[in-house]
Amino acid sequence: MALNIEEFLAQDEAKDLLRLLTAGSVDDGKSTLIGRLLFDSKRLYEDQLQALERDSKRVGNAGDHIDYALLCDGLKAEREQGITIDVAYRYFSTNRRKFIIADTPGHEQYTRNMITGGSTANLAIILVDARQGVVTQTCRHSYLVSLLGIRHLVLAVNKMDLVDFSKERFDKIVSDYKAWLDAQGINIPDLQCIPLSALEGDNVVEKSANTPWYEGQSLMDYLETVPIDQDINMQSLRYPVQYVLRPNLDFRGFAGKLASGVVKVGDEVMALPSGKSSRVKEIVTYDGNLDEAFAPQSVTITLEDEIDLSRGEMLVHPTDMPHVGHHLRAMMVWMDEQPLDATKAFYIKHTTNTTRAYITKVHSRVDINTAQRVPSDGMALNEIAEVSVTAAAPLIFDSYAENRQTGAFIVIDPVTNFTSAVGMIIGEDEARRGAATTTVNLSEYNLHSEEYDTVIRFCEELRARTGIDIECIK
Amino acid sequence: MSYNFSHLKALESEAIHIIREVAAEFRNPVMLYSIGKDSSVMVRLAEKAFAPGKVPFPLMHIDSKWKFREMIEFRDNYAKQHNWNLIVEYNKKAYEEGVGPFTHGSKVHTDLMKTQALLQALKKHGFDAAFGGARRDEEKSRAKERIFSFRNEFQQWDPKNQRPELWDVYNTRINQGESIRVFPLSNWTELDVWQYIRMENIPIVPLYYAKERPIVEVDGNLIMADDERMPQELRDRAVMRKVRFRTLGCYPLTGAIDSEADTIEKIVEEMMTTTKSERTTRVIDFDQEGSMEQKKREGYF
Repeated sequence: MALNIEEFLAQDEAKDLLRLLTAGSVDDGKSTLIGRLLFDSKRLYEDQLQALERDSKRVGNAGDHIDYALLCDGLKAEREQGITIDVAYRYFSTNRRKFIIADTPGHEQYTRNMITGGSTANLAIILVDARQGVVTQTCRHSYLVSLLGIRHLVLAVNKMDLVDFSKERFDKIVSDYKAWLDAQGINIPDLQCIPLSALEGDNVVEKSANTPWYEGQSLMDYLETVPIDQDINMQSLRYPVQYVLRPNLDFRGFAGKLASGVVKVGDEVMALPSGKSSRVKEIVTYDGNLDEAFAPQSVTITLEDEIDLSRGEMLVHPTDMPHVGHHLRAMMVWMDEQPLDATKAFYIKHTTNTTRAYITKVHSRVDINTAQRVPSDGMALNEIAEVSVTAAAPLIFDSYAENRQTGAFIVIDPVTNFTSAVGMIIGEDEARRGAATTTVNLSEYNLHSEEYDTVIRFCEELRARTGIDIECIK
Repeated sequence: MSYNFSHLKALESEAIHIIREVAAEFRNPVMLYSIGKDSSVMVRLAEKAFAPGKVPFPLMHIDSKWKFREMIEFRDNYAKQHNWNLIVEYNKKAYEEGVGPFTHGSKVHTDLMKTQALLQALKKHGFDAAFGGARRDEEKSRAKERIFSFRNEFQQWDPKNQRPELWDVYNTRINQGESIRVFPLSNWTELDVWQYIRMENIPIVPLYYAKERPIVEVDGNLIMADDERMPQELRDRAVMRKVRFRTLGCYPLTGAIDSEADTIEKIVEEMMTTTKSERTTRVIDFDQEGSMEQKKREGYF
């Protein structure tokens, strides 16, 4: 190695981070591929290897080969079943990049785990068995990848060694797959199809001599070079206030992580939902003040004017506004054993804002095996549907397609506190827009001031249940 | 315009966001402080999260009473210099009964002086959220754990029934008596931690650096003779060896490695060329297969 350690560290510290999701059916060799990536990037340590060899002999499923899959199957009960059940995270780095792999199961009833693992991914690898070609699970995983808004997708056609590295077989699978995507109207901005043998290592790190007809990159080469800096929305400033810092009377800072966009000192900003404007005075960090900050940096912003702003509210540029409203349409994935109860006042958490909400209508369900819409009026575990949501307090949102941070929310059961569902916002609910707004002036009702809060809460509840906007004025 | 964000900056920002989220949403959080390098990084991230203000929660150290003496010195100096509100707790009953690794074995000692001590302390103070410095790359069962990891009223973890965790929207809702363990360093690797310590100039316990120390070889582990509670027949075998520690814990349960690395750069260089992962120097992992998962289910971090 020509570098000394100082140079190495300087270079290594500057590497960026790519988060990737892997999905495949039970026997597609997904865990083997991950084991291979870890192994070949030389991040496997000798003692882990020894433990691996020992375990392979006892519970391994790979015959005489080292069972790379055992590297990924952490939990004891799962290891005995021979499949990974939950999401497991793996880390490796190469000379060009650092990687986090979310390894998720291909098993049918665990869609929720793939959704969990994929929510932060830049890139997804979907494996197919070259002998089987595109199967139902391939379609399901591809739909989920597009639903999650993952921009880069690798179709890894694995076990090419078992079809004699046939170009015809590979081409057929790729054309079947593209035809299916087109037929469903699924658009993947960046799709790469790579012929592989995870077990033998063909086209994993090095281009394989067995596939001279393949002109693309090896999987590792692609992972190391695919540009990801355009994946975050840098156009629209969205700064959800996370925490208000008041260490002394002279300092009032709004701590948060930029969900998207860029902010500079001196920028005119608007606080939502209040609509009050001010300018950015300082961008404060422990390491000194900044002139500008960009997503996803965590900073603290101070403003020129004393305006009312608290957790759950948002700073934006007045020239680039999000939607503000109570009613929205979303694609929702049900994650709970208990099916949807439309009469329940759920909590929804969206950016840093938590409010009560009702799922007022299920419009249609998606059959994820075919990506087709089917009629439905309910939701059960692992089902995906387009729904209407009405929130008690206004939400400040964008569509998920435009903004993965401000377009996402989770739904929490008010009794069990389980994360029952997650949603990706399509947009405002047109049907509910402009629902009548009634103003109630509390001073006309001869109330004690302590009773105001009760009435306000009652109105919020009514608003959430009926969709009628009732505004209380003190 | 392209906005490049290095992996360390990305991990730092993610951790700060997690720490602030806990401070905003929990009534009574605490940061568990083990005095190790990961804790040192986590504490710095907490200071960053609330600058120029003060961190709005205390640090708590669960003292097993068998830590290296240098760790305790470091802890007390650090807390004083950085003006931290430091809580120290231990299992008083077990301590008075004389529980220790030499007499009771690693399993009983770890359960009583670490796991039970932790559970007692969390209950005593009524903490509803506890930060830990665990990383997913350390050990297989950690690799599957959520960043916000739910514990029932018995402080137990159920790996089969974890809450889905998406984007950076964390579910912090709990009922009375339940709690959440929070791991801001979940996505950091050992190398990330060292690079960050170097980049940020974070003070760490000197035991991480190679130095001549009195070492006894026990079942292939290099154990330091740190005090007179080590049985005489073992202490008599101690020889001076240049060693350092990759992880820190109870001195009788923590193996050293032969090393010349007395600077961070040398430590990183050693790490890059080493063939052992860090938990091989932790004696407790080898008790039984899946032992860390078992301990975690019972309430250990």
